[in-house]
Amino acid sequence: MTTTQQRRQEYRALFKQNVSKRLVVDKAVRIIVFACVVIAIIPLGSILVEVFKNGAAAISYEFLTEVPGSIGSGEGGIGPAIQGTLIIIGLSSLIGVPIGVMSGIYLSEYGDNRLARSIRFFNDVFMEFPSIVLGIFAFLMIVLVLGHFSVWAGAFALSLIMFPIVARTTEESLKMVPVTYREAGTALGLKKWVITFRIVISAAKSGMITGILLSVSRIGGETAPLIMTILGSSQFFSSMDVPMDALPLRIWRLSLLPYDSAQLQGWGAALVLIIIILGINLGVRYYFANKKGKGLFGHLIKKGTFDKK
Amino acid sequence: MTAMTTSPPSLNSSSVSEPSSFTPEIEKKYKMIAEHVTISYGDFPAVKDITMKFPEKSVTALIGPSGCGKTTFLRCLNRMHDMTKNAKVEGKVMIDNIDLYDKSIDPIYHRRKVGMVFQKPNPFPTMSIYDNVTAGLKLNGVRDKKILDEIVEDSLKMAYLWNEVKGDLKKSAIELSGGQQQRLCIARALAIQPEVLLMDEPASALDPIATQKIEETITELKKEYTIIIVTHNMQQAVRVSDYTGFMYLGDLIEFRETKNLFTDPKNELTAKYVQGQFG
Repeated sequence: MTTTQQRRQEYRALFKQNVSKRLVVDKAVRIIVFACVVIAIIPLGSILVEVFKNGAAAISYEFLTEVPGSIGSGEGGIGPAIQGTLIIIGLSSLIGVPIGVMSGIYLSEYGDNRLARSIRFFNDVFMEFPSIVLGIFAFLMIVLVLGHFSVWAGAFALSLIMFPIVARTTEESLKMVPVTYREAGTALGLKKWVITFRIVISAAKSGMITGILLSVSRIGGETAPLIMTILGSSQFFSSMDVPMDALPLRIWRLSLLPYDSAQLQGWGAALVLIIIILGINLGVRYYFANKKGKGLFGHLIKKGTFDKK
Repeated sequence: MTAMTTSPPSLNSSSVSEPSSFTPEIEKKYKMIAEHVTISYGDFPAVKDITMKFPEKSVTALIGPSGCGKTTFLRCLNRMHDMTKNAKVEGKVMIDNIDLYDKSIDPIYHRRKVGMVFQKPNPFPTMSIYDNVTAGLKLNGVRDKKILDEIVEDSLKMAYLWNEVKGDLKKSAIELSGGQQQRLCIARALAIQPEVLLMDEPASALDPIATQKIEETITELKKEYTIIIVTHNMQQAVRVSDYTGFMYLGDLIEFRETKNLFTDPKNELTAKYVQGQFG
């Protein structure tokens, strides 16, 4: 039985009903969505404004380069903390990113089995672990065993925070790459690892970089695990086997002090930390935006192997 | 370019007996032979016990209604089902007398003898035109710039794309139009110097002009390659192919010379299909 012409007319009339109402709903949804964005941005923006307002006054060449002065004097700076933060971020990334990326590759490209499914599950659980627990773990495993606080312990704790994030985001971005590219590679007689590293990763790189930056930002602000591992210090880096300072630790200590000068320095340190994280994010994005067609690892592997032009 | 490394099978040396109506009677050698191929996804058999011989330096078209197993069958000729979970392939696929499904065979080596062009253009998005064409060579270890340049020009010319892109080989592949991308994919497949070319509805996403160019390409390539093409378009099968196999619900119904299959089909189903009564 086919629909009669008259019945079709009725259908059309139905669709024409409520047009104005639907347009209102459309507008309302747009306004609500926009309002939610504004609501989400207000606290973020006010934090930034507050930190800039309070911290800008503390910034000076001396503040950025010198060791902390005596408590409450308002003298000295956060040089060791800046240096320590850069060291700990770099070291943790060196450990956490490769392991995370490789795990993500395994989960995405080879992870269609029971083992991988359980790894994926524990990885997700791991990602939600309170960071202080990882700090305690590093404390037990490294600090107590070696008998002293050390930079290694801090890097270990932070890389534990990093790698599940990197693994998950890597897996997700690799899975987004259409299977047709893998098929094309297979049909060209390429080996699986070549397809993965030279074709799939280069197509997935922007997602992977986002994940890595997310994890860098996350560990950049971690305080609790660092208390248990690198402890904090007033001196510049001297050895991997002694306590080191880092910005979150310095901010935490300064903010606990009952002196206005210390509070001011705390705001200043917070501003510096935000600028460092922002700088890393923008810098890395800019670098890769200008590297067309070369994935993160593709680029590293390719470097020196092929001539440029 | 036609030299084959192993001695090709002849009609007589073939150990398989089969209905003669399934095999075009020809003087040419067979480049590729599929013997009793059954492909199932889980419990569902998508291709049922197909035996087909593909004559060298000719175009064989596979036609049939949607879901008849054409693409599934085509993909097994390159062991592409290795990538699909649940897919099970039984039977033999011989290229130059070597069984592609032999346990001791590394499929990667044989895939290099078989180029494949897919239904939708899939150039590597992060690579330039040049890098796309050379991908199969470079990533397999060919580094000689002079050889790569030669192959790029040769492959792009064979795919009828050279004149449109020769000035800007460094351009990103995704900046090309759909038809150009598909011809780029053909060039990429040709660059690994295959002996067999599998094409899965290569023109289905293209406009008539691009389609015509691809068909011209196929006709030209036939002089050197064994081409197997899946198509929904019966006129296309008539235009480009020498032999045509009609498939229906996983079975190979009829496989003969194209002009005979279309003008004088032996099977009732084939007759109905080529006359457009179903499909």
